[in-house]
Amino acid sequence: MTATVASETGSAGPAETPLAPSRPVLAQDWRRLVRMGAVGAVAQIFIALSNMPVRLDERLVVKPILSLGYLTLLIVPFAAGHRVGHQIKREGMAVYAAGAHEVAGGAACGAVAGGGVSLLAVLLANFDLREPLVNWSPMLAELLAFGNATWFAVVIWLLIGAAVGGSGGALRVLGPSTRRAVVTMALAVGGTAVLEPLVVDLAEGMRLEALTDRLYAPRGGINWTSALGLAAASGILAVLGRGRVRQAREHVAALEGAKRTRTNLGLIALTGAALVILPLFAGKLTNELLANVGLFVLLALGLNVVVGLAGILDLGYVAFFAVGSYSAAVLTAATSPRINPEMPWLVALIVVVIITGLVGLFIGAPVIRMRGDYLAIVTLGFGEIIRLIFLSDWLSGWFGGSQGITKIPGAGIFGLTSVAGTDPRRVFYLVLAFCAIAIYVSWRLERSRLGRAWMAVREDETVAEAMGINTVNVKLLAFVVGAVLGSFSGAIFSAKVGSVFPNSFLILVSIVILVVVIFGGMGSIVGVIAGSAVLIGVLGGPKQPGLLAEFSEFKLLIYGALLIWMMLARPEGLIPSVRRSRELHQQEMAQDAWLKGQVEDDDGNGGGRAAPAT
Amino acid sequence: MTAANGTGRRPLLETRKLSVDFGGLHALDELDFEVHEGEIVSVIGPNGAGKTTLFNAISATVQLSAGDILFEGESLLGLDPNRVTARGIARTFQNVRLFANMTVLENVMVSQHCRTHQHAFGALFYTPAFRREEAEIRERAEEVLSFFGSRLVGYRFDQPAFTLSYANRRRLEIARAMATQPKLILLDEPVAGMNPVESAELTGMIGRLRDEWGFAIVVIEHHMDVVREVSDRVVVLDHGTKIAEGDYAEVSNDPLVIEAYLGHGADAS
Repeated sequence: MTATVASETGSAGPAETPLAPSRPVLAQDWRRLVRMGAVGAVAQIFIALSNMPVRLDERLVVKPILSLGYLTLLIVPFAAGHRVGHQIKREGMAVYAAGAHEVAGGAACGAVAGGGVSLLAVLLANFDLREPLVNWSPMLAELLAFGNATWFAVVIWLLIGAAVGGSGGALRVLGPSTRRAVVTMALAVGGTAVLEPLVVDLAEGMRLEALTDRLYAPRGGINWTSALGLAAASGILAVLGRGRVRQAREHVAALEGAKRTRTNLGLIALTGAALVILPLFAGKLTNELLANVGLFVLLALGLNVVVGLAGILDLGYVAFFAVGSYSAAVLTAATSPRINPEMPWLVALIVVVIITGLVGLFIGAPVIRMRGDYLAIVTLGFGEIIRLIFLSDWLSGWFGGSQGITKIPGAGIFGLTSVAGTDPRRVFYLVLAFCAIAIYVSWRLERSRLGRAWMAVREDETVAEAMGINTVNVKLLAFVVGAVLGSFSGAIFSAKVGSVFPNSFLILVSIVILVVVIFGGMGSIVGVIAGSAVLIGVLGGPKQPGLLAEFSEFKLLIYGALLIWMMLARPEGLIPSVRRSRELHQQEMAQDAWLKGQVEDDDGNGGGRAAPAT
Repeated sequence: MTAANGTGRRPLLETRKLSVDFGGLHALDELDFEVHEGEIVSVIGPNGAGKTTLFNAISATVQLSAGDILFEGESLLGLDPNRVTARGIARTFQNVRLFANMTVLENVMVSQHCRTHQHAFGALFYTPAFRREEAEIRERAEEVLSFFGSRLVGYRFDQPAFTLSYANRRRLEIARAMATQPKLILLDEPVAGMNPVESAELTGMIGRLRDEWGFAIVVIEHHMDVVREVSDRVVVLDHGTKIAEGDYAEVSNDPLVIEAYLGHGADAS
């Protein structure tokens, strides 16, 4: 019966209002258009001066037409041109059909945005601002002018802006299925081009070099012929597969209890099997990447227990990663300065878990009595304190100070194999096993008495306490569980890298893990995994290269931009937990429920209307 | 039900010279207050009389300045709020404070925390004891919710609390208090914001809470018809002190009470 209600709520879409005829071409909202264009112009100038275009010019996307460097600039007028045609839909207001008006508006907006680059080209030619702006270079000027004179740059960027912005606006004119096909085509070509190293690596593992040789040009970038082919193929697939995915998803959502559980279990098993098989076909590069992503999934799952479930904003989570790494290093490495018991890795892991759990208790006990901002700041402090302790001269006899501990042996598993960084595939399998443990732990705990208590504490600590929950104990336990999960990651990390240094545990690591959790969706296991895959896998971790190794210099810039966009567009995260989206969309959902008559009138006549589907 | 409140018997809850100060303000001033087993006591008084402060003091959410609180003959001094709840005192809040994003059922399940024991170990290994306890928690939650008729059961189990109507939120708050398996329930303005029909219904329920579940109940209430209906005894507070006590008829004719509510007469000048 609950399923019925849920699906009813889910299918409650906006009512279909008849479209008003398209607006005339010149009836633009000029202020909005110029504002949007100006934002685009500033964004483009910023990107140009961040040196992204110059640095990424080498990397071809579609040979010989487009390089990644130019792509970073072109995205802006496209987005601006698309966005300017957006209509705010309000009840009682007409919604106009998209048409020439949108294309023209997009083009104009794109031209304004392109004007920013034109302006920059003129400025580059006439002034030398190299002093404050390090990327103010002739190389940039040349790139912007395509090797021609400045006037050419001015004209061409206005034209490019208009053309790209216009196509952004034109995207609105297309019908939904055509639009989906076009977007799929663009994503397929763009994705294949940008993810070239991964595709090549996978193809090599599967002995399909012939395919990639045809697809990519010898020195990188998709051949324009194969780009066309790829676009056509993906377009056809998109048209054929139209609605299938949604149908399948709705079908699964409509399934009843046991059947649904079985489907979900099947999906999980399938994903697991894919993850076990995939590394066999992947080369070193991909496995390395997977192992890195896995390490961050492990960390993010641990932080998710603390932040997502118990609602404790921990900005110093890296402390537990550090303690895990260092204690594993001290216990296993023969070269550790003071004590070197040279334990087998699995034995050491047990000790590591105990140590980190104790450190979690030790740090948590004073911190946990605080709330909100105070707590966050104090955890930030502890995160740094732990790193500084490892760095200090005082304990350098134990931990090697800034020299760290090196020559850490790999992780031996029952004497069967040894897992070290030289074989990323084994590292990945090890990480995978621990991720499975972490997923199981968070999944089970969330659905227990303890998990409910965490939820209650997150909702309202005072009331939780008044309802008989020992909030201090419960929060402390969340802290400790998070610490232990983090220590797994640390122990694997030290075995994988083979050395630990204090500067592997900068505050930045804490921030990145937190961003992963927020981006993926707080409190959602799938979300956290997706967040790690996107941020760490594609962009790269604090020190680990991602798929877009070229972007590593601009990683933090992109992290920031993504986070801002996410908070504006989808604050609940990529794949949110049900509860988290409730928190953020409480009012809308309450209103929906009310509109659907699920809330009875407050007239007290025995519950108002009959309850649906009971 | 238990025997009538014998005069010589030890009260269930007793405050002795209870004082709570906020800075220079005496919110409660040497208050002696008692509740016997199976009794429904109403606490009334004008705004700022210290009624909610009394509840907060009993449930340990404010610090006492002086005095003592005895529950079943043992002092509650120095206990954390969760320990007080574990001893058997549950409460509701004047401004409904549900766990808004948890479902109706979860709200009532979570408040059984102090009566249940399974910890991380049981949850992780999914032990038989864990499963049994989870089933019990759920069963008890459903039992408590069914006290309110059909309003909070069935499909509503899995609805987030914030989708409930105002009256249902008040009911759910009472259910949540009941689920802590208390001996004494403190209800802070349980019918505030309800219409007459709903409030009459809830008034009947307060009686049933005592008769069927055996709770002793303290009610803060402004609606005099509710007070008249439910109370065995009425305590009137003003400026943190008890100015009158007795059954409804006595109290409502007490000149001090009339003065507290209506202000001084012309004789003040």
